[in-house]
Amino acid sequence: MFHGYLPMILDGLRVTLSVALVSLAVACIFGLMGASAKLSASPVLRGIAGAYTTVIRALPDLLLMLIVFYGGQILLNRVAAARGWDYIDINAFLAGTITLGFVFGAYLTETFRGAILAIPRGQIEAGHAMGLTRGQVMRDIVIPQMVRHAIPGFTNNWLVMLKATALVSIIGLDDMVHRASLASAATREPFTFYALIGAIYLAVTTLSILALGALERRVSRGVRPEATA
Amino acid sequence: MIDWTIVRDMLPAFWNGLLMTLLLLVSSAIAGLALAVPLAVARSARSRWARWPVFGFTYVIRGTPLLVQLFIIYYGLPQFGVIRNSALWPVLRDPWFCAWLAFTLNTTAYTTEIFAGAIRTTPSGEIEAARAMGLSRAQVFRDVFWPGAWRRALPQYGNEIVQLMHATALASTVTIVEILRVGRDVYTNYLKIPESFGMAAVFYLVLTLVLTGLFRALERHYLRHLDPRASITPRPDPVKEPAHA
Repeated sequence: MFHGYLPMILDGLRVTLSVALVSLAVACIFGLMGASAKLSASPVLRGIAGAYTTVIRALPDLLLMLIVFYGGQILLNRVAAARGWDYIDINAFLAGTITLGFVFGAYLTETFRGAILAIPRGQIEAGHAMGLTRGQVMRDIVIPQMVRHAIPGFTNNWLVMLKATALVSIIGLDDMVHRASLASAATREPFTFYALIGAIYLAVTTLSILALGALERRVSRGVRPEATA
Repeated sequence: MIDWTIVRDMLPAFWNGLLMTLLLLVSSAIAGLALAVPLAVARSARSRWARWPVFGFTYVIRGTPLLVQLFIIYYGLPQFGVIRNSALWPVLRDPWFCAWLAFTLNTTAYTTEIFAGAIRTTPSGEIEAARAMGLSRAQVFRDVFWPGAWRRALPQYGNEIVQLMHATALASTVTIVEILRVGRDVYTNYLKIPESFGMAAVFYLVLTLVLTGLFRALERHYLRHLDPRASITPRPDPVKEPAHA
């Protein structure tokens, strides 16, 4: 049915998933930094974080990806030329994951900020009053509850980012979409292969929803269901 | 640093790109809105025969990348002889129509879910009160149910339209010359980021600001009752009174 191209497509899925997972880790780092900056007392940090989330969310992902990919290349080689190094070819995997992580870090900033703000301030003050250190308050009071509040937004961002990984094929990464276009060209059956990867994306989405739903139920155990309306 | 002659020379091309982006945005947003309203009603209907097919549609569209949907329509459909020989072929071979179709299907799915959510959260008392006042079913739908749902959906719908505008950048992958394509072409010719992608970024930034401003104005109009200051009945100019001694 797939003229023997199925293993090649599935290998592309491996690339797609690695891009998605590495980008997610990068996005979590940017998101946590952004959320702490937005909630910090320093107006400079708040300003930088505000500009970061506003500008990133005002531009298409693809444009940002092209800017990081080409701009990073030029910048890196200017540095390299100044130091007398050889020409550096920026790795598409690196460019793709850094861009996706940077872009979705802006969205996660808002998710994490909201999750931290959802924790009653009194609990943190009570923790300090009981003599807990800042680290203990963070580890035992803030983070466990923050995870619970952040999961719905986190799930949403993960699903959007998973789909956005399809764009890395445009900057030349050999992901599932690129494999599908190769197989389409070779077999002259583009519908078959694009529909196949569409179905694979849908399966990964479905599994993610189920897994993160189970995680949400797990971290919410012991929480009374909120009264509706 | 920035070569302003390139910027000046390329401004007309960017302007045309902007018009193409707007054309794609407006035409797919209107079609999407027209399709999403009945679909959202079906999605929240009591009958599962109405609910499930709509959910299936939105689930598949929302669970797959737009780029893949666009490629299925533009590259995929011509695989079938039936389509190549059909009366629809002149439209289906046109990249513009394929992009429009992909964006319309996409925004329809997201908008349907937004409206369905707004419909689900309709307070049942509102409907019961309207029925008790003797309003007909059609009047309830038109004067009570729909205005309320529209108000609840508006903030999210505004986000969806901004996302749709960003999504039109994918049309650049199927030869359509919109803002991003112009940026990529300028980059290919001059290999300079600010004059190419930087310019495109400025256009998208301004478009985003205009759209969010537009929706903020709509929200101010439709959600006026939620604004603690605007809901106060306007009073005549305060008479200047001497300060308390």
